Amino acid sequence: MTQRSAKLTSLFLGAGLLFAACGGRQSAVNAAGIQAERLESLWWIFFWITAVVYVIVMIVLIIAWVKARRSSAQEQPDVPDPARHRRATTVVGGALAITVVTLFILMVTSFRAGGAINSLSEKPPDLSVKVTGHQWWWQIEYQDDVTPGNNVMTANELHVPVGRTVKIMLESDDVIHSLWMPNFHGKKDLIPIYPTTFYFNADKPGTYWGQCAEFCGYQHAKMRLVITAESPEDFQKWLDAGRQTPPIPTEAVQKHGEEIFTTSVCAQCHTIQGTGANGRVGPDLTHIASRPYIGAGAMQNTSDNLANWILDPQKIKPGIKMPQNQFSDEDLRALVTYLESLK
Amino acid sequence: MKKDIRIIISAALFLVIGLILACEREERGFRVQQPDSNRIASKQLGTLQAGETAPTPVTQNEYENNALALSTGKQLFSQMNCTGCHAHGGGGIGPPLMDAKWIYGSQPEQVFATIVEGRPNGMPAFRNKLSDQQVWQLAAYVRSISGQAPKDTAPGRDDDMQAKTPENSQHKEKPKNVAVPKSAETSQ
Repeated sequence: MTQRSAKLTSLFLGAGLLFAACGGRQSAVNAAGIQAERLESLWWIFFWITAVVYVIVMIVLIIAWVKARRSSAQEQPDVPDPARHRRATTVVGGALAITVVTLFILMVTSFRAGGAINSLSEKPPDLSVKVTGHQWWWQIEYQDDVTPGNNVMTANELHVPVGRTVKIMLESDDVIHSLWMPNFHGKKDLIPIYPTTFYFNADKPGTYWGQCAEFCGYQHAKMRLVITAESPEDFQKWLDAGRQTPPIPTEAVQKHGEEIFTTSVCAQCHTIQGTGANGRVGPDLTHIASRPYIGAGAMQNTSDNLANWILDPQKIKPGIKMPQNQFSDEDLRALVTYLESLK
Repeated sequence: MKKDIRIIISAALFLVIGLILACEREERGFRVQQPDSNRIASKQLGTLQAGETAPTPVTQNEYENNALALSTGKQLFSQMNCTGCHAHGGGGIGPPLMDAKWIYGSQPEQVFATIVEGRPNGMPAFRNKLSDQQVWQLAAYVRSISGQAPKDTAPGRDDDMQAKTPENSQHKEKPKNVAVPKSAETSQ
């Protein structure tokens, strides 16, 4: 590869990376909510102003360099030149004034965007969701202030109705995490014994990714969250389904799976509503079969992946609390069949 | 000039040796080969034995050479409420674990069996409550309480307020088997 083609390739690669980030399900420049729109427009204002400044500075620098090379060729006597000095003072003063004004404009737009983002908290929210960070997964709890029995507990998936204001209450179980859903809002830290909140509003239906944005340990990268923004009717349907206990197993295999789950190690850490399993260490698995991913976005929720996960989660996410497990092939199949019936 | 090169070479050598030595200490063994739990037969409760005594295979618990596994075992020790009876090794309702006396054996597989099967007069069975991996980690930690684990892997501090000498500074006891103390025997 010649040097020129190498340069071209890297240029295209760089440009490709830039544009690939623009349409994504985990992108701050693909806003799906009014707050993210403010952030996005703020980003583009900063981008264009700083880009123009950069180009001007580079042009002036090149001019200065060319001039200096020319003038160093002809020896110049070091004599004071009042006219030249005055010119220089005017140029520097002018540049300074433009810089101050530009920075001031950026500051004001930034303040205004910040104010607009926080303005949602002035009205009572339509929905409150408690998000608790664990190493390394998200616990999601839809709280019903009137009937606590209607609370819905899930993990690593957030469903929100489009066009409604959602209040997110953040807590951490262990270390500092940070919830970042770039298509909706900026980052917000989850701090142990210090609850934080933010409000957001989803405008565009779709599925998006959230991510822990504060290094929280070995599996920080595999601490992801699927956000589903859907119509209020669909959301209500999902929430009502979440309030139900899962169907009682009918087939013998599923019954065997339930027996293994509730009487062995699984139930020590996991909850399945409507059964004796009520552990609180790991994610709630009441409706595990309806979730698209397992292990906080580590892999897709398929039978094979689920079986591999149960046997040796330390291979997929080393360092997590879930230990390696030993099950016979038959027991494992029953367990997976049972878990897949938990719609 | 020659001296400079010598300094550079010896510094590099020093660095390489340091790096090699430091590797194992800091290695986080998430995938340690655990002993085969199926081979562990129930601990014999009486002293009488018909015929020749079969030699007991000594099981090496690799988790004892792994700092992460020992700290996980230490967490399990408080999470599973072992401290409720054994305190932090000094004992209370249950026997102390930091001394040399072992009623049901000090070998890794014997500690494993004691945790899994439970023992008379109070020790509950943890079968099906912990996975084999967790029991091996816990067994490794239990042995480290009396200094049986290597000093460079045993925990050096507590997650909570320091209650006692850290396990890595614990005096290494010479395990010996003792009978069930009279005080623990219940009158029928």
